[in-house]
Amino acid sequence: MNSRILHIATNTFREAVRDRVLYNLVAFALLLSGAAVLVGQISINIERLVVINLGLTAVSLFGIVIAIFIGIGLVSKEIDKRTLYTVLSRPVRRWEFIAGKFFGLAGTLVVNTSLMAIGVFAALAYVSQHFQNSDASVLVALYFIVLQFVVITALALFFSSFSSPLLSAVFTFSLVVIGSFAEDLRGFAKMTHGITRLLATGAAYLVPNFSALNVISQVAHGEAVASQLVAYNTAYAVVYATAVLSGAVLIFEHRNLK
Amino acid sequence: MAAIEILGLEKTYSVGFWRKRPKCALRPLRLTVEDGEIFGFLGPNGAGKTTTLKMLMGLVFPTSGTARILGMALDDPTMQAQIGFLPEQPYFYDYLTARELLKYYGLLSGVNAKQLAHRVDNVLARVGLKDASDVQLRKFSKGMLQRAGIAQAILHDPKVIFLDEPMSGLDPMGRREVRNLIEELKSEGKTVFFSTHILSDAEALCDRVAIIHLGELRRVGAVAELTSSVHGQVEIVWQGTSVPAGLKVAGAEYHVAGDTMRVVVPEESQEGVLEVLRRERLRLISVTPVRVSLEDYFVTQLTPAAQEAVTS
Amino acid sequence: MIRSRQVTAAATGLLLLCMAGSAVLLRQVDQVRTAATLQDVLYVSSPKLLKRLSLGYEGLLADVYWTRAVQYFGEKHHAGGGRYELLWPLLNITTQLDPHLIPAYAFGQTFLSARPPNGAGIPEKAIELVEYGIRNNPDDWHLYYDLGFIYYDLKDYGSAADAFLRGSRVPNAHPFLKILAAQMAEHGGDLETARMMWTATYQTTHDEQIRANAAAHLLAVQADQDVTELERLVENYLQKTGRLPASFAEMAETGYLRGVPADPLGNPYKLTADGHVFLRDPDDLPFVEKGLPPGYVPPAAPKIRPAD
Repeated sequence: MNSRILHIATNTFREAVRDRVLYNLVAFALLLSGAAVLVGQISINIERLVVINLGLTAVSLFGIVIAIFIGIGLVSKEIDKRTLYTVLSRPVRRWEFIAGKFFGLAGTLVVNTSLMAIGVFAALAYVSQHFQNSDASVLVALYFIVLQFVVITALALFFSSFSSPLLSAVFTFSLVVIGSFAEDLRGFAKMTHGITRLLATGAAYLVPNFSALNVISQVAHGEAVASQLVAYNTAYAVVYATAVLSGAVLIFEHRNLK
Repeated sequence: MAAIEILGLEKTYSVGFWRKRPKCALRPLRLTVEDGEIFGFLGPNGAGKTTTLKMLMGLVFPTSGTARILGMALDDPTMQAQIGFLPEQPYFYDYLTARELLKYYGLLSGVNAKQLAHRVDNVLARVGLKDASDVQLRKFSKGMLQRAGIAQAILHDPKVIFLDEPMSGLDPMGRREVRNLIEELKSEGKTVFFSTHILSDAEALCDRVAIIHLGELRRVGAVAELTSSVHGQVEIVWQGTSVPAGLKVAGAEYHVAGDTMRVVVPEESQEGVLEVLRRERLRLISVTPVRVSLEDYFVTQLTPAAQEAVTS
Repeated sequence: MIRSRQVTAAATGLLLLCMAGSAVLLRQVDQVRTAATLQDVLYVSSPKLLKRLSLGYEGLLADVYWTRAVQYFGEKHHAGGGRYELLWPLLNITTQLDPHLIPAYAFGQTFLSARPPNGAGIPEKAIELVEYGIRNNPDDWHLYYDLGFIYYDLKDYGSAADAFLRGSRVPNAHPFLKILAAQMAEHGGDLETARMMWTATYQTTHDEQIRANAAAHLLAVQADQDVTELERLVENYLQKTGRLPASFAEMAETGYLRGVPADPLGNPYKLTADGHVFLRDPDDLPFVEKGLPPGYVPPAAPKIRPAD
């Protein structure tokens, strides 16, 4: 069982690589090195700030785009192109297929982010000439960004299991945006009454909590991240992604593949 | 033990967004395929052949009824490791090479990792893709894709092989190769179940066929049975250029070709005609039973009048 | 061998379990984040940059920051006040993103200039905020009122009158602006003026918190006026009878009072031996300036009831 998931995951990774996804790293490298050089020349005393802000934001945005673009097709593309039929007629369970696809894309994003992290630290070293203790928190910020990717991948895969690529993209993107304001949504829910409060609170808890996973400005100003937060965020991301994937498995398990 | 037992598989779809209307794709189907047979599943497009196959593969869930393959349930992974499937007009991961594709499928089917490379090479040679082993599938022609599809269906040495329109898109050479392959599979003791709407292929290959139309099974049996159930005729050829006096068969047509004459008469009249020819001392050249082709059978059986006859 | 039914059951179970789990974890995350949540605001060194980064959606972003400001203040106030350090940055960003978000200016006027624990205690920032609002919305009379109120609070009755006058000239201005301008010039420090001002605010605002604040002030003004009047009557009694009254009941019997006086909350006033009038429960009437017993320390978290 486990080896089948691994094979599907490996194949998904291979597909992403051969689809030239990793070329995005070229664009990223150009962007970041250009910024680092520019900022280093101008020397306005906020080089670290700019490099970290820009670097981490770029890692986040690039990754979100990749997660959505590839994620929405994970299942629907296989159905459209009928590559799925020859896979499922083998002793591969439908849930193993979902799990394999998930780990494949998540793995791709982890690899992608790791390579980008090297770029960020390289740029940081260039502008500040030496590493500081607070640079460790940049790693934490990157880790949180990876957690975001895990959740987004799960969401895109979930929508892909029953909806067209276009709708999946719209839904996933909407959830990413709303999730960034999840804390505000909860605050807003607290200020309403009655039925609205019930619905708003429900929605606020259903929406992925991306606002807590975004510590970019904090880290850019050299502040550390509470280790408690790291623990809770990790648990949250894992639990939330599991919930979403369970939903995907439920839907996919009962779907007629016409 | 029967290789395939279909016990009342039925599929009805709900069509429409607001008011769901039921659309029946397959009426309850009862069918048995014996071990080691080449079984043809015939029918025009939209008859329900692909629906049946998809239900057997577990891709579509039947509205009612069950089936067993090799005596096991349809979702039994032990069973699934022993069957191969080639879908209609298949498409494969085009970013993989043929070899990579087969390795992937082999691993998913549980083929032993050590044997895998060896098996893959064998199968690629067998379907004639040896030279294209390391070419990406996106560069394959339709015929090559079909062969890759057959390769993945037989790679793990399955006992039962399901092929949906295996000859579609192939040129005559390709079709001949596929036919040979299917016969080879039979000689290896495997069961082959394939659907097609090309009757000449079925005629040449199948031990038995089932004919399905508009979701309903019409006939099952050996090809010979089906065609000979229609009244047989004989073709008699003799030397001569005129019709002998005593030879009067109602409605028979006589043809002259060079210095021979040819007539097609019902089987019952055969003895009578031969008697006349003997009396007239005409030289008999051949007596050949004329079988109705499967195509004729098809067309006559599936005309509206015949449908009336079946459903009433 | 796992059948489809088992997978369905397991997936459903996992789904429900994880949904519950994520809700629980979310609360934990929120708790850890409360300190950090709004700190981001302090990192926005340039609201103008933020405006550009919002790619044309600054209106929506302004609404988000406005919501945060209101919530931030409400929660802090409920918890006991403090200095509301983030209120000014939040309101500044809000109005930079959307200069026409009028309620933000009234909010700033009320809660930026009020002294802790009721506000941030930075009236100069409040003035800056409202002046910015007036520059961007010269025809909205509310803003001139807000400005005048800030000056009134600072006891700069001249500037207050100026602001009201400017406001009264705006088309569709509320008629009381002219009245207030005149009042301010003559009787800026009177309790009656205070009553007029707070009544005006109470009647024209749509904001819950501002209205509650105004109501509390009105009660305080009433109490102040009561205490002033009662002490005057006590003095009167002293003048007429040569001695201080023992209690209000005595004054009522002898016709100097119409009954035993009670504060706006219904609690009777206390009369001391030396002729001073005190409130029974000063804690219940924040903002009150008279009638406070000696050595009285106001509570850190003033009890402002919701206005009704």
